[in-house]
Order: sequence, then C-alpha cells, then structure tokens
Amino acid sequence: MADTASAPARPTLDTVAVAAGDPDREQPWAELGLKGDEYDRIREILGRRPTASELAMYSVMWSEHCSYKSSKVHLKQFGELPQETPVGPMLAGIGENAGVIDIGQGYAVTFKVESHNHPSYVEPYQGAATGVGGIVRDILAMGARPVAVVDPLRFGPLEEDDTHRVLPGIVAGVGGYGNCLGLPNIGGEAVFDATYLGNPLVNAGCIGVLKHEDLHLAKASGVGNQVILYGARTGGDGIGGVSVLASETFDADGPAKRPSVQVGDPFMEKLLIECTLELFQAGVVAGIQDLGGAGLSCATSELASAGDGGMRCELDRVPLRDSTLSPEEILMSESQERMMAVVEPGDVDAFMAICAKWDVEAVVIGEVTDTGRLEITWHGETVVDVPPRTVAHDGPVYQRPYARPEWQDALQADAAEALPRPGTGEELRATLLQLVASPNLCDKSWITDQYDRYVQGNTVLAQPADSGMVRVDEETNLGVSIATDCNGRFAKLDPYAGAQLALAEAYRNVATGGATPLAVSDCLNFGSPEDPGVMWQFAEACRGLKDACAELGVPVTGGNVSLYNQTGETAILPTPVVAVLGVIEDVRRRTPSVFQVSGDVVVQLGSTHEELSGSEWAHVVHGHLGGRPPAVNLANEHNLARALQDLVGTITSAHDLSDGGLAQALAEAAMVSGIGAIVGLKDLAQDPFVCLFAESTARAIVTVPADKLDDLMSVAARHAVPATVIGTTGGDALVVEGQFEVPLEELRTAWTSTLPAALGE
Amino acid sequence: MKVGVVTFPGSLDDVDAQRAVRIGGHEAVALWHGDADLKGVDAVVLPGGFSYGDYLRCGAISRFAPVMEKVVEAAKAGMPVLGICNGFQILCESHLLPGALIRNDHRKFVCRDQLLRIENNRTPWTSAYTEGQEIRIVLKNGEGGFVADAATLERIEGEGQVVARYLEMNPNGSLNDIAGVTNERGNVVGLMPHPEHSVEELTGSGTDGLGFFTSLVEKAFA
Repeated sequence: MADTASAPARPTLDTVAVAAGDPDREQPWAELGLKGDEYDRIREILGRRPTASELAMYSVMWSEHCSYKSSKVHLKQFGELPQETPVGPMLAGIGENAGVIDIGQGYAVTFKVESHNHPSYVEPYQGAATGVGGIVRDILAMGARPVAVVDPLRFGPLEEDDTHRVLPGIVAGVGGYGNCLGLPNIGGEAVFDATYLGNPLVNAGCIGVLKHEDLHLAKASGVGNQVILYGARTGGDGIGGVSVLASETFDADGPAKRPSVQVGDPFMEKLLIECTLELFQAGVVAGIQDLGGAGLSCATSELASAGDGGMRCELDRVPLRDSTLSPEEILMSESQERMMAVVEPGDVDAFMAICAKWDVEAVVIGEVTDTGRLEITWHGETVVDVPPRTVAHDGPVYQRPYARPEWQDALQADAAEALPRPGTGEELRATLLQLVASPNLCDKSWITDQYDRYVQGNTVLAQPADSGMVRVDEETNLGVSIATDCNGRFAKLDPYAGAQLALAEAYRNVATGGATPLAVSDCLNFGSPEDPGVMWQFAEACRGLKDACAELGVPVTGGNVSLYNQTGETAILPTPVVAVLGVIEDVRRRTPSVFQVSGDVVVQLGSTHEELSGSEWAHVVHGHLGGRPPAVNLANEHNLARALQDLVGTITSAHDLSDGGLAQALAEAAMVSGIGAIVGLKDLAQDPFVCLFAESTARAIVTVPADKLDDLMSVAARHAVPATVIGTTGGDALVVEGQFEVPLEELRTAWTSTLPAALGE
Repeated sequence: MKVGVVTFPGSLDDVDAQRAVRIGGHEAVALWHGDADLKGVDAVVLPGGFSYGDYLRCGAISRFAPVMEKVVEAAKAGMPVLGICNGFQILCESHLLPGALIRNDHRKFVCRDQLLRIENNRTPWTSAYTEGQEIRIVLKNGEGGFVADAATLERIEGEGQVVARYLEMNPNGSLNDIAGVTNERGNVVGLMPHPEHSVEELTGSGTDGLGFFTSLVEKAFA
C-alpha cells in the first residue's frame, strides 16, 4: 500500500554520530509519552541526546505498560513469597515471560494472564484476537506447547449500545484467534458493570505444558551466537500501541487511534507454534523471546540484558511489509506473530530448514557480543548504541502517592444488609428467577458456544464447570486445572479483602474439580495510577493478595498490570483477576460440577452468614453497592479444599458457592444436568433468604450417594468443615421446602434467554 | 488397517483424528501436505482446522497441495476417504463431493454437542451405525452451511448420498439439514461435525462418534 511517490521526504538519518554533533536538537519526547525528567535521565545515561531510534526504544520500554513504573514498588512483595508450590520449587518465576511450575511425572506447566483492554475498546475484534495471540507466544517462548486458553472479560451494562458494539467483536476475536490456533477455551468470565462501559476488560490466559528439560529462558548468551528474527514480516501496525494506548486514559469523547491497534493473523501464529516446537525439539534454540508490546525494542534489549552483555543487530535486514518504514518505526512496531531466537552458528542451517518446512520466514539480523552494548545499525550506520539494561530494566520507578479515598468510609457504612428483602416463598421464587436471568448470573452459552472447547481432545472440564481441566498425559491421565475469578464489587468495598476473595474463589473452584491448587498468576486491572485513591486500591489489592498467598502456601508465578482503565474521573471497579492453577493426578477422577443422578444426598459444606453487601442480589435487585464484603477466612478455604480433595471418589458432584449464593449453585447444578432437587434450609441456621442468597465464602454444595454419606461426614469432620444435609436430587423442579418450587424448564428459560435477547440469536 | 491423517498448514484436529483412528483399532499414519505420498495407507482422513488460514475460501488452497493429487487419485480408485469439517470443505473444493460449504447463516462460529441422524450406513465410514440411528457428536464450525443447486440437491437426496442430517436444530443453515454427504460410489464421505471428538467418555460429548472409525474394520470383514 506504500506509495513512495507521494511519501514526504524523510529527514536525514539520525545516527549516533549525528546525535553527538547536534546535541540541542528538539526531540518529541513528550509526544512519545515521556516525562521531562525521564528524558533528562536518558540523556544522562547516554552522555548525549538519544537518537530518534533510541528515543523510540526508551519511550516504549519506559511506558507504564512495559516498565511497570507505577506498580513495580507494590509488585515487588510477590517476590518475597516462598518460591515453591505445595509440590515443589518453581522452575522459573517472576521476571520470565511466564512462571513455570513442576506438576510431577517430569512435566511442568507455565501459565499467565494478560490484559489487552485498551486495544479491545478501540478495535474489539483485533484487540481481543491479538490479546490471545500475545499470551500464547509468551507461553510458547518458555518452551511449552500451549494447551488451553481462558478469557476473563468485563463489559458495561448489557443494555448499553457500546456494549453491543464491543462485546460481539471481542468474543468473535477471542474465538476467531483461539479457534484458529487449535487451543481449547476452557474457562473465563463475563461480568457486566457500569464502570466497564468505555473500559471493557479483555484478559486472556494461556496454559502451556513442557517437559522439565525443555524449559527455555529468554537470554542472549554465547558470544558469536546468531540472532534470528522469524515469523511474520514487520509492518506499520501497532506503532506506539504500547505507549500511546495502554498508558493513557481515554477522553470522554473516545479515542481516534485506530491505526495503533495491531492486526492478527492466527494462521501465521499456528505455523509459528508448530515451527517453534519443532525448533525446540531439534535442540537448535539457545535463547528465545516473543515479540509483543514494544516489539523489537523489547526483544533486543531484554534478550541482551539477560545474556552475556551485548548484541549487535542490522535493522535493515528485518523483513518488512512496508518498505517505507523508518528505523524507529521498525523498532516500535508491534506487528504480531514474530519471535526472536538466539542460535549457535552451527545450528543456523538446521534452524532455517525447519522454518522453511513450516513456510515461516527467518532472517539472521545480528549476533551476541561481549561489548556490554546493544548496537543497532541501519545500512551500516549506527542508530542505537545503549547499555541494554537501561532500556529493559532500569526504567523509572514511581512511588505514586496513595491514600484511602474519603468516600470509602461512607461506602462501607452503607450496608446492603439493611435493604428490604423478599419475605414470602413467592417473593423468594421471584428473586431466584430474577437473579438467574441477570447478566452476571445468566447462561453464557451465547459467548462460549463461539469458542472451540474440544480441540486437542484433552478437555475434561470446560464451561459451565467451575474450573477448566485438561489432560496432560494420555497414558497416566495426569491433568491440570485452572480457574480465574474476581468480584470487582467486593474489591471496591475493600480492595485488600477483594483481592483475597478473588484468590479464595479461584482456589476453591480448582478444588471443587478435584485438583490441588498449586500456584497463582494475576492480572491487575485498575484505573489511573495518578489518582491517589486508585493507587491505594492497587496497593491494598497487592498487599491482600500477597498475604493470602502466604497463608494458603501458593506462590505468585507472574502477572500483568493494566492501569488507566478509566473514562474521565470514573475508574473501573478495582479488578484484580486471579488465576489459580491446579494439578490432578488422574483426570478420570475429576469431580463434575453438576448433579449426576437422582437420589443423591445434597450436602452444603461450610457455613452461611448474613453477608449480603456487594452480592449479586444487592446489585441486581437494588442496584446497590455498599457495606463490607463477605469475611475472608483462608483457613476455612484451605480446609474446604483439603476436604474436597479427600472426597474425590466419594462425592458425585461439587459446585462452588459464590455469586448468587446457594440459590444460584442449586439452580445451575439442576438446570445443566436436567436433574432437579428438593432441599430444606432449616438446618443452615439462617433465615431462608440469607441461606439462599448470601455470598459467604468457603462453601460448596456436594452430592453423595446415601450409602456414602457417613464417609463424607467423617472426612468433613476431620478437616473441621461444617457439613449440613440439605436435600436430595431428583425430579424436574427445584423445590425449596416450605418456600417455593420452580420447574427446571422455567428456570432454564429464564437463565438462557438473557444474552440471546440482548445480543441477537 | 493403516489410516492416513493429512496435516496441512493450519490443520488443528489432526492429532485428534489420529487418536480416534487408534481408538477405532487402526494404525494412524501421519501424512504431510507437501509430500505427494500416501505411504501405503488403506484409507485417508482429512482433518478439521483452518488449512491455510481459510484464506481465499475454505479448502480452496489445500486442494492444490501435493498430497491431494494422490488423495484424489486414490479416492477415484475407491479408497475410503473421510473429510471432517475443513476436510469436508477440501473434498468439495477438490470436486470429490457435491455441493459447497458457506458461512453459517447466523454468521458466528458455533461449538455444541449436536444430534444427528445417520441416513446412509452403506459407506465404509458409517457401516457400524444402523440407518436412522441418532447420535450426538461435537459440532464446531464457522463455515458449515451446506449448499448445492436445486438439481444437485435433488440428485443427492434421490441417490441416498446424504450420510447424516441435523436433528433438533440446524446449527449453520445447511440446506435440507444436511450434515454430511458421500460421492456416487460411496467411498468418499464429508461430514461437518467432528466424530473424532466423540470417541472418549472423558473428553468429548460421549462416544457416539467412534462408529466412523470402527466402521472401517467391519466393512473389511463384511
């Protein structure tokens, strides 16, 4: 598309020599998102003004998105957690592309969740698609075969026009890209709240599996080793995407930044995956890095600073889609589906042959040196000559001011426990039907049916189960499980507790499937760090998550931060999405999440308290958000998880109690299975409304054959988990004794109609 | 029997098809799109996926892969060939099967457990089923709408070339609810749903798809 005839004349190439001889040239540091003191610091590091290419590199690498400059001081504490899971030491941790944990039998797993929020608002399909693409390459760069994806999503109110603009595109993008890669989508969330209008959250997670010996780390070692760029050609897409998009707040009248969003080619990525795995298999990769945010600037500086000290690259050798691109644009381009490998000279031919087999273009663009410098040339002239660490790791660190917002006390004082409640059986019945049909609790098939959950043939659990689970080894039936959760309303009421509740729910969801929770990754979505109130939410959430991980004995293996999710003065609900990864030795023994047969005894594990603030009931029925979130009790969560593991094989199903409380859990277990239940609430020590709709933590419902009830009770007692028999499965209705009865068909109609009615069949 | 499974660039369900072939009691042989060599197999499966990214038109580029020359040659000589989803599209583009597949009428990708009726159990891929048998197997496609001109449609209906039909709901707008068809000779079958994902209790929609892979044996002994 380049029309060279009409292109404006290029300014003279800004080389290191030119920069040295022209120290006072005005440079567009502010337009590139740098602050004045940051620009001064670059001049200080280099002892001269940066060249245009150097300025481009520093500006993208020192952006909020790449440098974590506002969040770093708070994220540091995750590194203080013991670097081991309940089954052993971590194989790679924070700072790598993704953390790697041992799952036994010689296998390791890597997993991570990343945000692609701002691009998805601008261009829903491509933003979401490239979000999936980026996280998959992160996992691939660790030497792992990607085996599944998850997609925690947040949208504005379902009835809003802009939700109708972004949601279908985002869902189609997640599906279009993931489906085309052949990765089953095994979990995620779709949550609706007014604060996400104009700030949808697209978090994409991926799990990869590898053998211990296949672990690859991002470093450029071995002087003389060749640096190979392979995959898609570099184009003008996504230039400045990172610094311009991810680090700025949208104005109320919306962005006009369409060209900054990257465009994905999942077919190219599929070839890149298979090609890269074959390269690993052949043993021809000494170091590897994916190209994501900040493109070549990031890959060259990170590889060089993690290696032996230096790297020299000839930028003019980079294959281009658009021959008019300048060196600084090539350095900033975020064209997708690219990887960079460090290869021993003797392996280059074998490397190239494998790339050719997969029709993947590969070019040697440089080599590892011992100069301690990252030197980049453009047709023989040096345009970059910097210490790589100063680009990749020595970016600015901000101690942003933070303060508990003035309104926090008033918010917490406005408890939902004081709101008018349904009293009669008829009112409870109507409340149940209203809640199951509400956007956050309704059937999400409209979304999940657009995702391939079966490809690879190893999916053991996927929607609508509490957690996703895939088989890792067909011989031994070893498997892994993942759940992602966050209730942003709880986090708004109390960010410290909210982050802990997110962890508790994901941890519990992994346990209900029969897996052992091992490790945590997070995706921390917040508003502007320049608002002290938002910064306080962020600091509190980090502190809460760290304390909870310490208590549960699970490490944080890595994470991602997305700030500036706000429109004008309105920040999103603080949304620290927590992913918990678990392992299960035999996937054939997983616990299903819905009723299996009629005649089983239904038992509630855990106890219910009068906890209604931040609940779905308060949100849906009263449009209310206030009070304090449910109490966190991690000892109880831990005990419940241990009990659920010991009950594998005894119980026939287990379902977590969270959003919508016991009522929603019973409804889902019945609607999905087509098996009803008759339950009584009198032994739960609360009034019927609280029993049904409170969102107390550390609870699950399980079903058990009558002849195994004693076994269940003794396991529960051993772990100090309260167990209350509440009913029996069977029939074609959900019956709450003495209160109401709803035919499953009526429930199902209410549950399944919401999204199709709003979004079209 | 030795059953070849072709991998094109962008094939996704090739490993799954190989697994289903093995569970069906056969030896799975990996075939590569760039090799004009069937490695002595007795039957071929063209698996699902997005070969060549589905760019231009689903199956339109794969049709020209070197391996397809041999597949077409063998199919015309009577070798059993099964095309699943993208494989079905490739078989139509290769003119081994009548009709064509177009974008789903609702214009969204759809993944669901789909009820089908087996309409023709006289092919080497469906002989393990009874005629009229109802099975539930995985369906997932973006461009699964089967279309043909009126004359072709009448002919394939009249000749019993419809192999399977959607029941309960039509997931993609296929004419006459057609989920799968065979050629006049009956050795080449194209199916939009994915029987290879329904061969294990644990990981799919049950085991109703296994018959497509056990049929080969039963045919051999018939």
